[in-house]
Amino acid sequence: MTTSNDEKWINKKISRRDMLKFTGIGAVGVAIGASGFGGVIKAMGYDVFESVADSKTAFNKVDFYGRHQSGIITPVQTHIYFASLNVLVSSKKDLQEVFKKWTPLIVRLMNGELMVDLTPNTRVPTGDTGEAEGLNASNLSITVGVGPSLFDKLGITNLKPAELADLPHFPKDQLQEEFTGGDICIQACADDPQVAFHAVRNLVRAASGKVEIKWSQAGFNSFPAAGGTPRNLFAFKDGTVNPAITDEKDLKEVVWVDKGWLKGGSYLVARKIQMHLETWDRTSLKDQEATFGRYRDSGAAFGKTKEFDDFDVDAKDEKGAYIMPDTSHVHLARKSNARMLRRSYSYASGVMTNTGAHDAGLLFVSFQKNPDQFTTVQNSLGRMDKMNEYITHRGSAVFACFPGVQKGSYLGEALFNAL
Amino acid sequence: MKYYSFLSVLIAGGILMAGCGNAEKVNKDSAPVTEQAKLEEVDLTAELTAYKDFALDQMDQFLIETENFVKLFKAGDIEGAKAAYAPARMYFERSEPIAESFGDLDPRIDGRLADIQEEGKGKGEEEWTGYHKLEYALWEENTTAGYEAIADQLLADAKELHALVQTVEVTPDLMITGAVDLLNEVSTSKITGEEEIYSHTDLYDFKANIEGAEKIFEILRSKLDAKDKELVTTLDEKFKAVDDLLALHETANGGYISYEELTGENTKALSAAVNQLGEPLSQMGIILE
Repeated sequence: MTTSNDEKWINKKISRRDMLKFTGIGAVGVAIGASGFGGVIKAMGYDVFESVADSKTAFNKVDFYGRHQSGIITPVQTHIYFASLNVLVSSKKDLQEVFKKWTPLIVRLMNGELMVDLTPNTRVPTGDTGEAEGLNASNLSITVGVGPSLFDKLGITNLKPAELADLPHFPKDQLQEEFTGGDICIQACADDPQVAFHAVRNLVRAASGKVEIKWSQAGFNSFPAAGGTPRNLFAFKDGTVNPAITDEKDLKEVVWVDKGWLKGGSYLVARKIQMHLETWDRTSLKDQEATFGRYRDSGAAFGKTKEFDDFDVDAKDEKGAYIMPDTSHVHLARKSNARMLRRSYSYASGVMTNTGAHDAGLLFVSFQKNPDQFTTVQNSLGRMDKMNEYITHRGSAVFACFPGVQKGSYLGEALFNAL
Repeated sequence: MKYYSFLSVLIAGGILMAGCGNAEKVNKDSAPVTEQAKLEEVDLTAELTAYKDFALDQMDQFLIETENFVKLFKAGDIEGAKAAYAPARMYFERSEPIAESFGDLDPRIDGRLADIQEEGKGKGEEEWTGYHKLEYALWEENTTAGYEAIADQLLADAKELHALVQTVEVTPDLMITGAVDLLNEVSTSKITGEEEIYSHTDLYDFKANIEGAEKIFEILRSKLDAKDKELVTTLDEKFKAVDDLLALHETANGGYISYEELTGENTKALSAAVNQLGEPLSQMGIILE
């Protein structure tokens, strides 16, 4: 049966370019039977024979390679699946292997491809869990970072940047161990919740025995059809004063680290903030607005008419009272003079078993050049913030997100080169 | 049957590929067929026989221990029956991939109250039979009275199972999926304490399931070694990790502590170790490539 041409096809090592023909848009679940290729992909080994390129043709595709990781200045998607992992390995080499293995897999995920092409052996589980089959890349971005505890576990504290430390205790914090800290984070954001979850699920699976999930949180963000800033579950616009993701100078000042192995990376602060929706919902609109210092409908600061109208926090009315109440969230945040790039998502995770209240709130995520920027704002909010009455911080973590990856390199290479 | 449906999928795949502008004119259908044919060629005769011998031996012991348990139970020896309960069940749990291949015998012998369809039915009803109903009698009711017929039925079912397994045909699939199924049993019901809700002897079943999976791995070891040495090393490590964790909960007499004595941290560690074993274990199918 087999002709010489077939032989050639079977035994030939399939190039990446050929592979793209099979796995590109339109080809659904093509089973590659070539033994040359099957041997390279060792079942779950995920051996990738060359670095994988960003697809030029995929729909809704965010590029992986670049100066910075995706998911930081990428336009905010509608869904997040955020995972904080513990490492189970204790050697630097084993950890390096995890990042080396993940790198091409992340490119594939962001291309909207399967983690591993199907093999003809149906007696083993598939290398990709499959639930993203038929869905496009959905603007998936993956952001990977390392937490302070990782450096202690691996005995490489000499490489831990001074800035990378657990956040201090803030007034009214009620942090729970099960939502706090972690050695590695994977922030998966996409315009489809299943695509985001699939990415985390498969990356964790690919590193089975080397990492385990410590905590995770799904979240959502909804954008008005007419455009504009999304609203959080308190119905107020969230993220108005963010630096523009196109303003390179501003981003350099606020977001990007400019020294050491983290150069081109950024610090991610994650806070799981429960919002007491029941008490909020029985608060008058006037009090709600005074809590934020902004009008709910327009998002404008007190005394202004439009969302982006600049305001002077110290402005007072004719009676000498602050126009924007000095206990309001926006007043206190602005007073701190510190800035960061916020990329938060709302969550609704069922019911609090002890109270029967909604288990809902905000997965606050911010990127900054130095975690102190977050600390400064949070300290300024302090005990004064009227918002404290309606929220409780339940979880906290800080991660150093690696710089971007160039083709042929891998996530965190600068860190491992510094070892 | 399976073979042909697989083939037709591949042909459909070939049609799709043709639209992708492959420059080389090749018959794309024949390559996967060659691969599939190879799957059928691997000779596992010795391994299949070894596993059948193991399963038959376990079933012999299961019948002997069940006879002993039923004898104690019917004599009204509550403490004696309690002591015999968990060890007897281990023979069944070790060879569950075989034992459960006989339709309703598995639920008749091993059905839990939660497995009975109608909520609330079962405790006094005829449709709930087997070990777990006697577990209920011993630990919950602290009696054997009124449950004699169930004990008789259990012995009759054990005998029937013993007779049936003599005829069973062990296939590569049964072994390979059986090993993973044993771990899945642990992950879904043993680790949650939902298997032995009255006696809390879940760790005995846990250990037996792991031993059953480990046996399959041992039998396939040389074949696996030829395919992927690293996988064998990983499996050795991961089995050891689970066994070491279980050993922490052994009692002086070689048994296990009650599930109720485990802390959340204990069960989480056990569960993680089983999951980390399950991932590489699910790759044993590569020997059929």
